[in-house]
Amino acid sequence: MAKIGVFVCQCGNNIARTVDTADVAEKTGELSGVAHVEDYKFMCSAPGQEMFKKAIKDNNLDGCIVSACSPKMHEATFRKAAEDAGLNPFKVEIANIREQCSWVHDDKEIATAKSKDITKMMVNRLKYNRPLERYKMPVTKRALIIGGGIAGIQAALDLANAQIPVSIVEREPSLGGNMARLSETFPTLDCSQCILTPRMVEVSNHPLISIHSYAELEKLDGYIGNFRATIRLKAKSVIEKDCTGCGECWEKCPFTVENEFDMGLSKRSVIYIPFPQAVPTVPVIDRENCPKFIKDKCGLCAKVCGQQCIDFTQQDRVIEEEFGAVIVATGFKLMPNVYKEYGGYRPPHMTPKKLTAKIRKTLPRSTAGRLVDVINGLEFERLASASGPTGGEIRRPSDGKVPETVVFIACVGSRDCNKGVEYCSKICCMYTAKHTMLYQHNVHHGKSYVFYMDIRAGGKGYEEFINRAQSENANYVRGRVSRLSKKGDKILVKGADTFTGHALEIEADMVVLATAMVPQEDAMGVAKNLGISYDQHGFFSEQHPKLMPVDSSTGGIYLAGACQGVKDIPETVAQASAAASKVMQLFSREELEREPEVAIVDEKNCMNCWDCVTVCPYNAIDRTEITNRQGQFLKWAAKVNPGLCQGCGLCNTVCRSKSIELEGYTDQQVYAQITAFEGAFV
Amino acid sequence: MSKKITRHDFEPKIMAFVCKWCTYSGADLAGTSRMDYSPNVRMVRLPCSGRIDPQFLIKAFEQGVDGVIVSGCHPGDCHYNEGNYYARRRNLAFRELLDFHGIDLARLEFSWISAAEAIKWTKVIDVFTDKIRELGQHREYADMTDPYAHYLVKEAA
Ligand SMILES: Cc1cc2nc3c(=O)[nH]c(=O)nc-3n(C[C@H](O)[C@H](O)[C@H](O)COP(=O)(O)OP(=O)(O)OC[C@H]3O[C@@H](n4cnc5c(N)ncnc54)[C@H](O)[C@@H]3O)c2cc1C
Ligand code: SF4
Ligand code: SF4
Repeated sequence: MAKIGVFVCQCGNNIARTVDTADVAEKTGELSGVAHVEDYKFMCSAPGQEMFKKAIKDNNLDGCIVSACSPKMHEATFRKAAEDAGLNPFKVEIANIREQCSWVHDDKEIATAKSKDITKMMVNRLKYNRPLERYKMPVTKRALIIGGGIAGIQAALDLANAQIPVSIVEREPSLGGNMARLSETFPTLDCSQCILTPRMVEVSNHPLISIHSYAELEKLDGYIGNFRATIRLKAKSVIEKDCTGCGECWEKCPFTVENEFDMGLSKRSVIYIPFPQAVPTVPVIDRENCPKFIKDKCGLCAKVCGQQCIDFTQQDRVIEEEFGAVIVATGFKLMPNVYKEYGGYRPPHMTPKKLTAKIRKTLPRSTAGRLVDVINGLEFERLASASGPTGGEIRRPSDGKVPETVVFIACVGSRDCNKGVEYCSKICCMYTAKHTMLYQHNVHHGKSYVFYMDIRAGGKGYEEFINRAQSENANYVRGRVSRLSKKGDKILVKGADTFTGHALEIEADMVVLATAMVPQEDAMGVAKNLGISYDQHGFFSEQHPKLMPVDSSTGGIYLAGACQGVKDIPETVAQASAAASKVMQLFSREELEREPEVAIVDEKNCMNCWDCVTVCPYNAIDRTEITNRQGQFLKWAAKVNPGLCQGCGLCNTVCRSKSIELEGYTDQQVYAQITAFEGAFV
Repeated sequence: MSKKITRHDFEPKIMAFVCKWCTYSGADLAGTSRMDYSPNVRMVRLPCSGRIDPQFLIKAFEQGVDGVIVSGCHPGDCHYNEGNYYARRRNLAFRELLDFHGIDLARLEFSWISAAEAIKWTKVIDVFTDKIRELGQHREYADMTDPYAHYLVKEAA
């Protein structure tokens, strides 16, 4: 026989005004299993809690109901008090007779009757509450960062400076991401490389940060506090620890291909570092294009390397590391193929790389018959960059001439439900304004036109920046461009000015498209690999759009930067620091405690239909083999990982054999509640 | 905000199965805002509307409940991402089953109520209570005698 204590709270007059608490206590006391009742003015006060604890001890109670305010208010308070008194906290339940009774009804008779019902339902339920223990899990205090753009760099430094060891997995040979490509940055026009590269050096020198460049995450197992990552280190064909980065090899290498870092606007050697300030400064051989690997010719780099660190036989290495938390910072790319709409031109970084003899390392680029001089924003950044293919002089790709007239087109692919994406890419207004300035500073007599839909410049100093661009000679035309076509060596831009209603034709030397920012091609694959969710575009979803903007849908995995949604650098950095601080919070404890209200499986009963596995939103259920003591296979059964289970109970509902139960909300508990009132209503 | 209490001859019994994140919080808010609504409802608090097993509803009707409300977060707002979609789908399939069981579908109410929608909560309760009051008592289940009872071997007298 249960020994349940029922404590009815008057809450001053809040409950007592419309509920006869003494009557509720008395009637509840008559229920089977109830051994002790109290009717008290303020249960949550210090004396109230003392009384509660004393009653548990004196009467040896094995469960308690507190009929009082909402469980949101004081469930934790009374569970803690019960624990102090030696009663399992999960044997305490709250009957909500304030928010859901005394405060919403005026008639004392009715409210009292309802309070009795509510209390009775909880008493019945309590009889089936099992004592539960909170799960304690160790935490591996080591963080994994995927992506080495500015987001990954910032998060790594924040964590490492808080004494947390970090590994960065970056798939390119160098850190830096897209920010390394930028020339100068809005709204201050400071040089991107000048602010980025010192950070990269800091990362490479930090004793607590290890960089796995030219690497990819293959698999992530485990759960918050206890992840195991399988990382593939692609063969660089260079012995990293011996390489001094002297540059002999990449200077002597006789073969070149299009340089992805310069968006195909220049050539790079086959053994290469993406850009001079690369971190780490270790070259890799692009095996697809290296004649040594294609037809066993050349091998010059091995001959010129003073350190003897070229190794053509190197294999990919797969390593496993343990982490307690993961920050995803895989960034963005620009929408490909928007060029098609404007003349069928494919951006060079989308064309298959071709092996060409070393011609000129820079412009011009020849793609006969196409609108070569229609470029995207990142290509313009490279043209304007002092370390870019033209040394910072703005020259057009086709013939290397200085463009006298440049047309910038905003919202290419953005805010376009038909041909592009619905969202606003947010940064293009700003960088287009920046581009007009960079152009004007470079080509003083040049003419620039900006076709735009609206100007969106919501940021500190942003509107001022746009004003500055407009006052510096850029001609802003509100309207859309309908067609680009070739006219001699120029591009004929046909459009309309929607303010004046006039059609407009401009003969431009170069056209720059502010193409939409979209997620990386493999973003969905990465999401599936990590078990996090993503939105309809492929940006990773945050746990809550307002209150948890850096948590992913999976515990212990956080998001930073443009992989979560379009962002400029300040926002990216802020989110990266926020993600790092979340990890610090997680690592500030020696052990993680998880509420025990998770699903458990009756292995004997499980009939392997795997419905629960399909339905679980957190991939918390695995299939396991049940073996006997001799290790012989008996059967398959579902198994819940309490580290991943969030306690939604979907599995419990779908399980036809009733083999999986959600602790705290078992069928028995719910049925007990339903059957409590046997017509004892109102 | 108090309403005049009018007593009726028949007070329906209504049971609500709600998720703790949205609807339960919405009902709490109705309390904190001291709204007034029909006292006919008893709540069962569950983590997610996806935890609501159709058999809970049958059980409730069997206990002589006159009407059942099922409520959770709005589509897309589920605390567990997708639980309420399962609830919705299950509800669709389940309605047919209930119909087959001879339960008037008007006695089952399904609605999304967020943690902010205290007013909606009170409206749903009030309107549904009135509707059930019109429909009258639900006796079909409670009065049912076990059709197999006479096959059962009586305990030795
Ligand atoms: C044309 C243009 C101009 C801009 N100008 C400005 C400006 O002036 N001012 C400003 O504030 N912002 C500007 N921005 C925005 C800025 O570039 C971004 O905000 C910033 O680069 C986002 O950083 P990130 O680290 O999130 O992503 P990224 O820079 O994209 O870095 C992501 C990194 O992750 C790596 N990665 C991707 N997938 C994987 C994977 N699966 N495994 C391992 N590694 C992976 C990538 O190789 C890359 O190194 C501009 C953007 C564009 C397109
Ligand atoms: S930021 Fe500006 S250019 Fe970019 S999509 Fe939005 S409105 Fe268009
Ligand atoms: S309760 Fe929810 S999260 Fe936990 S195992 Fe079941 S379906 Fe997955």
